[in-house]
Amino acid sequence: MAQIFPKWFNKVPLLIIGGAGFAGVCLIAAIWYFGSQEYTEVGFQPIQPIPYSHKLHAGELGMDCRYCHSQVEYSRHAQIPPTKTCMNCHVMIKPESDKLALLRDSWEKEEPIHWVRVHNLPDYAFFDHSPHLRAGVGCISCHGDVAQMEEVSQVKSLSMGWCLDCHRDPDPHLRPVSEITNMNWRPESPLAQIKWLNAHKDSLKINPPENCSGCHR
Amino acid sequence: MKSFENTLTAQEPIKPLILGNPSFSSVTETISGICEKKETPIWWWIALGISGLLSLNLAAMIGYLVWEGTGIWGLNIPVSWGWAIVNFVFWVGIGHAGTLISAILFLMRQKWRTSINRFAEAMTIFAVLCAAIFPGIHVGRMWVMHWMFPLPNQMGLWVNFRSPLLWDVFAVGTYFTCSALFWYTGLIPDLATFRDRAKNRIKKTIFGVLSLGWRGGNKQWKHYELAYLLLAGISTPLVLSVHSVVSTDFAVSIIPGWHTTIFPPYFVAGAIFSGFAMVLTLSIIARAIFPQIKNFITMDHLGKIAKVILLTGTMVGYAYSMEFFIAWYSGNDYERFAFINRALGPFAWAYWIMITCNVLTPQIFWFKKLRSSIPVLFIASIIVNIGMWFERFVIVMTLHRDFLPSSWDYYTPTMFDIGIFVGSFGFFFFMFLLFLRFLPMISMTEIKGVLPQADPHHGGNSHE
Ligand code: HEC
Ligand code: HEC
Ligand code: HEC
Ligand code: HEC
Ligand code: HEC
Repeated sequence: MAQIFPKWFNKVPLLIIGGAGFAGVCLIAAIWYFGSQEYTEVGFQPIQPIPYSHKLHAGELGMDCRYCHSQVEYSRHAQIPPTKTCMNCHVMIKPESDKLALLRDSWEKEEPIHWVRVHNLPDYAFFDHSPHLRAGVGCISCHGDVAQMEEVSQVKSLSMGWCLDCHRDPDPHLRPVSEITNMNWRPESPLAQIKWLNAHKDSLKINPPENCSGCHR
Repeated sequence: MKSFENTLTAQEPIKPLILGNPSFSSVTETISGICEKKETPIWWWIALGISGLLSLNLAAMIGYLVWEGTGIWGLNIPVSWGWAIVNFVFWVGIGHAGTLISAILFLMRQKWRTSINRFAEAMTIFAVLCAAIFPGIHVGRMWVMHWMFPLPNQMGLWVNFRSPLLWDVFAVGTYFTCSALFWYTGLIPDLATFRDRAKNRIKKTIFGVLSLGWRGGNKQWKHYELAYLLLAGISTPLVLSVHSVVSTDFAVSIIPGWHTTIFPPYFVAGAIFSGFAMVLTLSIIARAIFPQIKNFITMDHLGKIAKVILLTGTMVGYAYSMEFFIAWYSGNDYERFAFINRALGPFAWAYWIMITCNVLTPQIFWFKKLRSSIPVLFIASIIVNIGMWFERFVIVMTLHRDFLPSSWDYYTPTMFDIGIFVGSFGFFFFMFLLFLRFLPMISMTEIKGVLPQADPHHGGNSHE
């Protein structure tokens, strides 16, 4: 019988096994990296209808977040301010600015501005701002340093693993409730933070849920 | 007495396992001939056409299920497990005979297994494939099917290691892997025969690749036999473990009628029971389509299969009565109600179909006459499989009257339940017919090993 396969063919099975192993590892690594929410969600920064800048208003002008996101301590949602809030100042400041044309339009027609949503959890996950803020978790822990952002972008993955990471160990993220909107607050020293925690933990009664029905109601 | 089988203790002369006293080359000719022949029996085409259509129907219905969701099935509270799990358990059960024949009978040196092991193993593989369809599609969102496996993910969630549904994933996965390896290892020498007989280059290359460079040298045989033995050893516990694990899907829950310790052995017996019935059905069909193989799969084989069916059927019958006894003996009202409701409630018809098919029908095999009649064997084998499907149906329907009488309900399947189940049969037979036509359905190497010529003492060269 004539040879069907040349001699080097003996190596083919080894090559296939090796190649499949390598391809498998690459595939897993690729899915791990490109499929994770760290990659797909972080950095999401939609273009907003008005070039409103947090850096200017919350940073340089030093406005408190709660001036605009007024319900954040009391409700599930932080609330995007209505046109009226902007007009408190902008009837006087830069009333002719082109950048504010849409704002004036909305003011005259009494139609809300269609801001584009940045942070968005799936509907099956329950999230409520108020207990987090009352427990002393600062905006910065979840939204990053918004006061330095020209346009808001998402800096955390908002994945379930991320929620749980903090729920399992919230201590490093806690601060006095008076400082929740302060982007520049730092504990005086790690020791001071621990002392403060020890003094306040019992009175705060912090107990983040780790059971499924805590967030999937 | 010359030819003497050393595995038999009785001093009786051996009935030949293979009829027609074939020579080595005529074995090769007959079995390879089926696959090499140009003209295929017309029945093969007809059967392939029908099962092909049913498989297409299966694909279409699954497509619609993905689109629309599991709401197209008849399941609802309280019967939240419908036909999908019934069919899953049914198909996994069928597979068991293949493993039993290939592994346990091999280790016990039951040489009659050589004629049927190849296609019993093929049956196992196709049955497990059919079974795998159902857990796959019942999740509704098939694109997250990988959540059945313990993979790291954004949710920081592991699968629930305490859930029997997870054990199932491993049990069935292991089962499929081992069965496929076992089957393929057995095929290698035969594939090499095909390669050597192939006339054109393409076939030669295909079979050449598939036979993994088998030359049949002494060393290769030594390794091969050892590998085969090891695989048989590995597969043996699977015969018992797989269906035990499947049974825990029910037994680990705390539903009256399910939460019983008898479930694992009773499921295993039932699985072997239905599997052997399926082997019987398939052998009779294969014999009808390819009459050449009647000398290899003889009436003696069919009779032995019938005896196994009789034994396991009786075991299953024992389990049914034991369930009732324990329900009464436990003194638990809910347990008692579950069983009385099975036998006398709205699904009593299913219960009595099950009893008739599974317990009463096999009893006819006490009679040799009935064991040696092809029509009787064929009809009985089908009845047994109907019965075993109903057994799982009866178990799942226990749900229809739960603890809360206000939610009691009757379960009615929709056309999609039925269509997908029938479609899975189509797929099974489709694969099986392709196997019959393109791969050696009987192991040529092993058959040669049990011919009298293979015995070194054959032909008067006795050392005595
Ligand atoms: C002058 C009013 C104003 C103040 C003060 C303000 N914001 Fe905003 N904020 C807005 C408006 C308007 C939007 C919607 C447009 C956008 O996303 O840029 C917004 C959007 C956001 C978003 C994105 C919401 C989404 O769609 O997911 C975050 C997060 C946010 N603000 C955080 C803060 C924080 C933290 C502070 C305090 C440091 C703050 N904001 C102060 C007006 C304000
Ligand atoms: C524990 C993390 C966390 C903290 C602390 C937090 N946020 Fe949020 N924020 C979120 C998440 C998650 C969403 C998305 C909610 C959704 O999609 O339902 C969100 C959404 C928002 C939005 C969009 C509108 C809405 O409510 O859906 C604004 C505005 C916002 N946050 C502002 C703030 C401000 C201002 C603070 C500080 C006072 C703050 N957030 C503190 C996690 C946090
Ligand atoms: C506390 C008063 C105050 C409020 C409330 C306020 N702004 Fe302003 N805004 C200012 C000041 C001050 C400036 C800077 C003017 C300058 O650069 O001279 C400004 C600048 C701007 C500009 C840039 C205009 C340009 O031509 O450069 C935009 C756009 C703007 N604000 C949008 C908004 C929107 C949208 C809101 C409501 C969510 C809002 N502002 C609420 C005080 C305010
Ligand atoms: C930086 C820390 C941190 C992150 C990130 C965080 N949480 Fe929390 N969460 C807390 C703390 C602290 C509490 C406890 C509040 C208490 O016990 O008063 C809490 C409480 C909760 C509660 C219980 C509220 C209630 O009514 O008792 C829910 C629900 C919740 N978190 C959901 C989420 C979800 C969903 C996410 C992710 C999108 C998330 N959290 C991310 C710190 C965090
Ligand atoms: C701290 C809050 C929290 C807890 C506790 C929690 N989850 Fe989640 N879960 C989330 C959030 C937020 C998401 C959405 C993440 C995303 O995709 O953006 C999510 C997503 C999921 C998803 C993915 C759904 C999909 O279609 O992608 C599953 C499944 C899930 N959770 C299961 C569970 C289970 C099971 C538990 C209990 C062991 C649990 N979760 C506990 C917050 C939570």
